[in-house]
Amino acid sequence: MSLTLAPVCDAQAPIARVNPVAKLAAATVISITALVAADWLTPLLLLAALIAAVPFTGIRIAELARRLRWLWFAAAAVVIVNAVFAAEQTGRILIDFGPLTISTGALLDGTAIGLRVCVAATAGVLGFATTDPTDLADALTQQLRAPARFTLGALAALRLLPLLGAEWQQITGARRARGLEGGWNPVRRVRLFASTMFALLVGAIRRAGRLAAAMDARGFDSEIPRTHAREQRMRPADWVVLAGALLVCGAAIGVSAAYGVFTVFN
Amino acid sequence: MIPVEFRGFAWRHAGRRAQAVADVDLRVEPGERVLLLGPSGSGKSTLLAALAGLLTEDSGEQDGDVLIAGLPAAEQRDRVGILFQDPETQLVMARSGDDVAFGLENQAVPRDQIWPRVHEALAAVGFPYGPDRATHALSGGEQQRLALAGVLARRPDLILLDEPTANLDPEGAQDVREALRSALAESQATLIVVEHRVAEILDLVDRVIALGPGGTLLADGPAAAVLAEHGDHLAAQGVWVPGVPLPTRPARAAGDPALRGDALAYVHPGADRPALDDVFFELRQGELLAVTGSNGSGKSTLALLAGGLAKPTRGAATVPGEPRPLHKLPARRLATRVGSVFQDPEHQFVTASVRDELAFGPRQAGWPKDRIEARVAELLERLRLAPLADANPHTLSGGEARRLSVAGALAAAPGVLLLDEPTFGQDRRTWGELVDLTADIRDEGTALLAVTHDRDFAAALAGRELVLERGRVAQERRR
Repeated sequence: MSLTLAPVCDAQAPIARVNPVAKLAAATVISITALVAADWLTPLLLLAALIAAVPFTGIRIAELARRLRWLWFAAAAVVIVNAVFAAEQTGRILIDFGPLTISTGALLDGTAIGLRVCVAATAGVLGFATTDPTDLADALTQQLRAPARFTLGALAALRLLPLLGAEWQQITGARRARGLEGGWNPVRRVRLFASTMFALLVGAIRRAGRLAAAMDARGFDSEIPRTHAREQRMRPADWVVLAGALLVCGAAIGVSAAYGVFTVFN
Repeated sequence: MIPVEFRGFAWRHAGRRAQAVADVDLRVEPGERVLLLGPSGSGKSTLLAALAGLLTEDSGEQDGDVLIAGLPAAEQRDRVGILFQDPETQLVMARSGDDVAFGLENQAVPRDQIWPRVHEALAAVGFPYGPDRATHALSGGEQQRLALAGVLARRPDLILLDEPTANLDPEGAQDVREALRSALAESQATLIVVEHRVAEILDLVDRVIALGPGGTLLADGPAAAVLAEHGDHLAAQGVWVPGVPLPTRPARAAGDPALRGDALAYVHPGADRPALDDVFFELRQGELLAVTGSNGSGKSTLALLAGGLAKPTRGAATVPGEPRPLHKLPARRLATRVGSVFQDPEHQFVTASVRDELAFGPRQAGWPKDRIEARVAELLERLRLAPLADANPHTLSGGEARRLSVAGALAAAPGVLLLDEPTFGQDRRTWGELVDLTADIRDEGTALLAVTHDRDFAAALAGRELVLERGRVAQERRR
């Protein structure tokens, strides 16, 4: 088991080098636009724009597909559920099989909702997969004035995550050696899972305490305002990315309004 | 170069009745290099934490003063650097250079001065990589050297080392000592180090202070004089005094085969090379087989496979009279065949009292009640756990917890016992107890396999040694 949140892209790719706060803002603008629009065309255009941006992120396509597969699966489920259980079936009836009825109107509405989920998920994944957590913490602290105790604390905790995977295996092995195993009994499995989780938590809290002491010993709790080894600020390229995101959103709304389908979610 | 002084110092941890240390009066002169010795419970770590300003008001109750250059230690935090045992919980950042910079950012060092000081500190500890190296990709010894660089970069006037090599394998420990040696040669700082393994650190210090229980002063003076005068007493207290001979317990002739490993191989999911590849071994009754090798050589993986705790990618581990390979046995049956003792005893405790802990394996195996009771009584007596029978396992001391985890693994009478680093981080007294305990178990006919870095432990007990290198058997030697 491995749990890491390291970026999975080429660090020199144009979007990977964009300031994390700019990326966060761009992804937020696109997600909000997709969620506000209730038609099927706006999110489709946004999704197309996101896909067009993929070559500039430096993410390998296979890796991206791996990260997105569950999200897209969820989006597909959203489409089906909304099409089948729509309040009213309008337009031409596509399927009429006993209690199962799907009309063009309901399918279109379902697709719109699924597409919105897709856009928000893809924007988030593209943003996080191209951002080093350290850079994100630096940017949040320096540009958005987030407290260092929060951002650096989260970073330090992130560093300890992979240890939890290894420790889980240790505890499970140690318990099997004692004759304790879930086997095929679901009740015993759940109880064993809970007690293993508890042991893991106790260990994690102990480690967190030691880490906090080590951080304070290096002056983390001193009252002096910290300096920053790496500067994070908005450069012209970052403004361009942010402006680009706004432009894409405006254009998507404009096109779907011109096409006559734009509606606002209410 | 600053002086350090304890004046009538006492500390009681919040929630404890007894004081961890009481009436400590000590003075360390500017630039002195001091080794602080004492058994577990003598309060060495408490004294270091006090100097590092880490004993906050809400964590306990203090009497007397801890002064650094005449001021309370809590106000002198910026002039003190401390290196702890566990490298994994000292590193904060994902990139090595950032981690060294972390302490400088906290000191509000301007950005243009941070990076030169980071590079200087990394060079001072002989860090073999660039500043962008991921900290999770470092070995324990490398991580500890990085943590040392993080301490040195802040240019402390007082350096505190709390058993800096206790959690490392021998190669890693050696590298850290080298780094300390060269870094301290260039520093004027006052040094206080706590370390059980005296021989390795003796050339770094010029004064030894030996503490007894509760922080009472046992001896104080030049290193050679203190060790010559009080060596035997300190050794009996658990200090690894150089030159005091260690016991050995040679084995008698080995009996019938008790455990076999055939062509054992294990590949971690997603790994490009096997952690263990094509390993054969045979373990006999009444012998101890030591498995040695550097970190990453596959020792611990071998212990997992030999104990039936992981499914080998290829090959199988078997015991005579059991047609199925060990990894296919149900856990409750496995516990009657092979016992495994892990490095961290607490992982193995599954009940709330010492007595239940010993009864657990036999109960799982379905023994009748009177047989379980007899077995528990016997183990309590033999492993000197009888006075602790009703204690919670998680409240035991390091040595007691280790004895209990061995007793728990033996409870269901397996013919084979596997030990993973049984002596790791133990003081000399506990070490001696473990050697005797292991030898007794072996001489009763149990087959033992011990994964260990500890050359002395292997020399005291092992009949044979299996040396692993990159997942393969590099050598098998008779001792």
